[in-house]
Order: sequence, then structure tokens, then C-alpha cells
Amino acid sequence: MADMRLEIVTAERVVYSEDVSVLVAPGDAGELGILPNHAPLLTTLAPGEMRVTKDGEETYMAVSGGFLEVIGNKVTILADTAEQADEIDEARAESALERARERVESASSDMDLERALASMRRSAARLGVARRRRRRSPRPDRPAG
Amino acid sequence: MAASVRQLRRRIRSVENTAKITNAMSMIAASKMRRAQEAALSSRPYSDRLHDLLADLAAQPKEDEDNVHPLLDSREIERVEMILITPDRGLTGGLNSNINRAAGQFVSPYGDSARVIAVGRKGRDFMIRYGQNVRAVFTDISDRPSITDVTPVARLAMDSYANREVDAVYIAYARFVNTTLQQATIDQLLPVQPAELRPQEQVGYIYEPDHMQVLSDLLPRYVEMQIFHALLEGIASEQSARMVAMRSATDNANAMVEDLTLVMNKARQESITTELLDIIGGAAAVGA
Repeated sequence: MADMRLEIVTAERVVYSEDVSVLVAPGDAGELGILPNHAPLLTTLAPGEMRVTKDGEETYMAVSGGFLEVIGNKVTILADTAEQADEIDEARAESALERARERVESASSDMDLERALASMRRSAARLGVARRRRRRSPRPDRPAG
Repeated sequence: MAASVRQLRRRIRSVENTAKITNAMSMIAASKMRRAQEAALSSRPYSDRLHDLLADLAAQPKEDEDNVHPLLDSREIERVEMILITPDRGLTGGLNSNINRAAGQFVSPYGDSARVIAVGRKGRDFMIRYGQNVRAVFTDISDRPSITDVTPVARLAMDSYANREVDAVYIAYARFVNTTLQQATIDQLLPVQPAELRPQEQVGYIYEPDHMQVLSDLLPRYVEMQIFHALLEGIASEQSARMVAMRSATDNANAMVEDLTLVMNKARQESITTELLDIIGGAAAVGA
């Protein structure tokens, strides 16, 4: 099957730019799978895990929301943040999730709660991706940052 | 000779001190420049992709004329708003006056129906001096801004466009080309200018969750990001321009020191010669 171009860009850098065969991304309206030659599509993304298949090999990435556009066999993801599994510091992700959880419990207004929930979802997605990496291919710890 | 050796020596010392200051400034600018250039260049892909995406969207056939997002609703341009991004400080060579001149020429045909949002003191001062309607001023934005620094700017611009107070929003800034070249640039922010699409691409998008929802998320993000990116470009340009200007000021000062040293040595020699002649003359008179 022919591949499609996948580009994942954040405000800081180009995270990923490869020809891939399958993309599964967390759309706001539910998880969606994209295959080559998909019809033009524009959707918002929820915080969550992305799964990319390239040359039969799956990789996982964490995304914290953004937009996904498909046009002309080209997929562009404009992500708020996006990290590949081996870029995530698991300990940091875990403590961020813990902090977010505390904030959810102590939130005093709807807006605070909304924010805390969003940051909790983001941390959970990162942690999920980091853990998946550990199960699949253990790697030595990298220095943070 | 009129310029005495002592006066010249004092002058040389003062020029040397100036050179020290400009040299320090150029070094400070150089270190800030590196970071600022990196920030501007690395945020370019995101900002360009986002712009392409919006241009694609704007070029799609409109399904429902009544259901156009307020930020995509284009109309004849009579009143404009200009977001003018300039540095807070000078000593940047011709950079500030280039941006201000470009922005001034752009808004002047609109006369009173142009309004300005000034980000940075230099643009504010210029627009006030020329009697433009300056609606809002933002200064003292850090050298390493975060996107929240421009949120209020974006808010103002989007509100005035959505409320039909203006028919177009432009943004003027110094685009960073390379260390020695910065280009005064004016981009149209709103309404989004449609891309020229091939017919097979004008098929209409599938929107998830739905058209309005996606646009309401996307457009504010777009406006914010374009302003933020322009700000990063502006900072990279400012530091580059200052670095170059201060380096050439240092070179000029050093050249001046050399010239003055030469003049001083000549003057010194002359006065010694005169003294010698006096002594010889005196000795000859005594011996005679």
C-alpha cells in the first residue's frame, strides 16, 4: 500500500516528518484511524496517544491536543505539544499527573477544575506512552530535559 | 597648533570609552541574538503550516452563506487595524525607522479609519507623533516571550474584527532574514486570504466534531500564533540589528582612535620641534 506523508509540528519544532502507512490519533470526537488517500479532513485533537505505523513498525507518541488536517495524501498535525515515547521522562510525567490530580481535588471554581482536568489528561497520556515504551523496549534512563 | 596634545589625549580617551560601551552592547546583543534567532526559526514551520491550513480552509466553497464564522467573514475593506510590532529600545541601526516608515505608509491612505495596536515603544512613539489613532499599547515584553504575552493583543484584534469595527487586521513587523538583513513586513491577518487550490482539492473538508466547533478552536489559535511568531521574528531582528549596529559603531570608534592618535603624535612632534628650534636659536644667540 502506498504511504502518506505525516508531519507533526509544534510551536517549538518539527517533531516528526516521515512517510507512514497508518495513523491512529485521538480526535475530539473519538479515536480515528487514517490510511493513505483519506478524504480531506479537519479535526481537533484531544490529549492522548498517537500510534504511527511505518514500514510495519509501530511507534507511540503523546499529544496534548491540537489539530489534524488531511489533504492530498498529506497529514499535518499541529500539536500543542507532542513527544515521542523515548523523549518522555517517566518520573516527571508521573509527578505531573500526581500534581494535576491534587489540583482536581482542590479546584475551587469550574474554570480551575476544567484546567486541572485538562492537565491531568495530558499527563496521563504522556505517562501512558512512556510506560508503553518501557514494556516494549527497555532503554537506559536518559537525563531529564 | 590649536588642538593641543592634552586636548587630543582627552578626546582619544573618551572615544575609547565609547568603543568599550558599544563593544559590550554588541556582545550582549550577540548572545541574545543567538537564542532569539533560534526561537524565530523553530516556530516558523508551525506558523507556516497553520497559515497554509487556514488558507486552504478559506478557499473551500462555502456551503452555507449564513453560517460563516465571524473571523472568516470577508467584506470590503474600509477600516483597518494595524498591529505594529517594534522594539522598545533604539540603537538598532535603521531597523525601527524601516518598520515605522512601512507601517506609516500603509495606514496613511486610510486616514482616520485606521487604528493602531502598538506592541513596543518605538512604534507607539512614531504613531502618536504622526497623529494616528493608537488604541492600545503593549510594552516591556520579555526577550523570551511566551504565547500568553500576546493573548490580549490577539483578543483585541479578533474582537474588533468580529464586531465589525474594522474590515481587516494587518500586522507589521521586522521579518528576520539573516543577521545582516531584516525585512519590514506587513501581513494580512484577518480576513484569512484564501489559497489558490487545484479543483480536486476544493472538495470540502470533513469536519469533526463539526464545522463551527473546529473553526472556533482553530481561528483564535491561528491569530494568536501569527502574532506570537511575528513577535519572535521582531525580537530576532532587533537583536541582530543591534549587534551589527553596535559592532560597526565599535569599528568606527576604533578607527577614530587611530586617526586621533596620528594627529596627536604629529602635534606632539611639532611642539617638540618648535621647542628644539627655540633652544637652538637661543643657544646660537648666546654663542654669537
